[in-house]
Amino acid sequence: MTTLPTSTQKKLGLVIDLDTCVGCHACVVSCKGWNTENYGAPLSDQDPYGAAPSGTFLNRVHSYEVQPDHGQAALVHFPKSCLHCEDAPCVTVCPTGASYKRVEDGIVLVNESDCIGCGLCAWACPYGAREMDAEEKVMKKCTLCVDRIYNENLPEVDRVPACVRTCPAGARHFGDFADPDSNVSVLTAERGGIELMPEQGTKPVNRYLPPRARDRTEDVDILAPFLDPIAAEPQGFMGWLDKALTAMPGGR
Amino acid sequence: MHPAPSVIIFSSVSGLGFGLLVWLGLGFPDVTGMVAFVFFVVAYVLAVGGLLASTAHLGHPERAIKAFRQWRSSWLSREGVCAVSALIVMALYGAGLVFFGASWTILGYLGAALSLATVFTTGMIYAQMKTVPRWNHFLTPAMFLAYSVAGGAILANRWTDAFFLLLLTAVLQITVWWRGDTALAASGTTLATATGLGEMGGVRPFEPPHTGTNYLLNEFGYQIGRKHAQKLRIIALVLAFVVPLVIMLLPHAGHMAAGVAVLSHICGVLTSRWLFFAEAEHVVGLYYGTRAV
Repeated sequence: MTTLPTSTQKKLGLVIDLDTCVGCHACVVSCKGWNTENYGAPLSDQDPYGAAPSGTFLNRVHSYEVQPDHGQAALVHFPKSCLHCEDAPCVTVCPTGASYKRVEDGIVLVNESDCIGCGLCAWACPYGAREMDAEEKVMKKCTLCVDRIYNENLPEVDRVPACVRTCPAGARHFGDFADPDSNVSVLTAERGGIELMPEQGTKPVNRYLPPRARDRTEDVDILAPFLDPIAAEPQGFMGWLDKALTAMPGGR
Repeated sequence: MHPAPSVIIFSSVSGLGFGLLVWLGLGFPDVTGMVAFVFFVVAYVLAVGGLLASTAHLGHPERAIKAFRQWRSSWLSREGVCAVSALIVMALYGAGLVFFGASWTILGYLGAALSLATVFTTGMIYAQMKTVPRWNHFLTPAMFLAYSVAGGAILANRWTDAFFLLLLTAVLQITVWWRGDTALAASGTTLATATGLGEMGGVRPFEPPHTGTNYLLNEFGYQIGRKHAQKLRIIALVLAFVVPLVIMLLPHAGHMAAGVAVLSHICGVLTSRWLFFAEAEHVVGLYYGTRAV
């Protein structure tokens, strides 16, 4: 079971647009909200209102500063969750078969009742996509909201992962990468979607769209000429007043 | 990587136990009856004690039986299968020696091979991790095997063999440290490839995803003690190799001296294994800026 399928019928995954992500962390919150009360064990928090809070999250947003050779630095918000790799090293290391990749849609899941909590899959993942829940002692990871995307009890518009549904900037897209005409395949092709850590050989399904080049204008400030310093020495009436007041006792 | 005591004790102590089983399986020392019984008890206490310690780091040790299923793909599962097979085969072989004074050679050789396989699979659990460049090399299982067989030779009272095996292990250990120090840089994984933003310019962490800590940072972001790494390496070399080698060169070294050699070696192995984890850097640390590359 923990041997990987040679191919999957679909390759469901996410496209994350680093150009439009505003770093609001709404996807983090909605992910935690949905997944703590649905598939599998809840996502626990430790010391949530204390001095050193921590907890299990399936999606986290980093922020990086990118300094080009010329011009201004760019701030890039960087959401990171499971990339549902085609050659997922987390699956093959699992000794119990709790970790598996689904043949029908390529989603990487954990069967929590078989998980012994050895943590080896988290070691094998280069992306930090798996976190051991400190309360339940089982491995938690992004399920691509498998309990939403096929859920006929939800309105059709909601049958996407919670992070995608909630993103106010429209920076997250969900679809089938096996279909060359799908929204995610088209976006990836048009915008040059990138793989994270290709040298690790994991063949991630999720793609990241790099920030677009910023428009460049000459560094012209049209108001600057009108903002020349005012005369240092007052003239006319103001000049006489200045002198008169200075001459008075205590004037200077 | 977080140096979990359970895993350090497991790999060090079990390694010694299985190393001794290798020598016993090959018929060295050639003992029967009560003497054989004592040797087998020592080997089983070390091997089984280590295995039990390793279950302490499991979240659900009560499900450990399920870990024997995925030997086709998982080195951890293979380790479990090899360890249990080795212990069963060597128990039968040991019963022959202790109770019947009979040496069932084939069984002994099979048990020795399975014991070696157990140590090899332990090494491969770490060596397979592309995410930890320091471990991702055939030298990792080679070093584990060398430590195990050398330590086993000391316990089995094979001092001439132990002398040369200790020298070989020391060379392997130093090579592993030397290669490991540049492994992350040589792996080609950087914050630029991790974020895919390297094309745009130099990438540096600006804000972490959260103000507190998390599982990933606790497990992979271990940094305490690295500043003492060089001193600890020297301590490990002295305890694991220099002291036992000097004792072996002493004329008329008795049981007391042998005991000191064994204890010193064990302390050295524990120090080396602590460094094996504490110095290992996982590439996920790049996302958190725990290493400026």
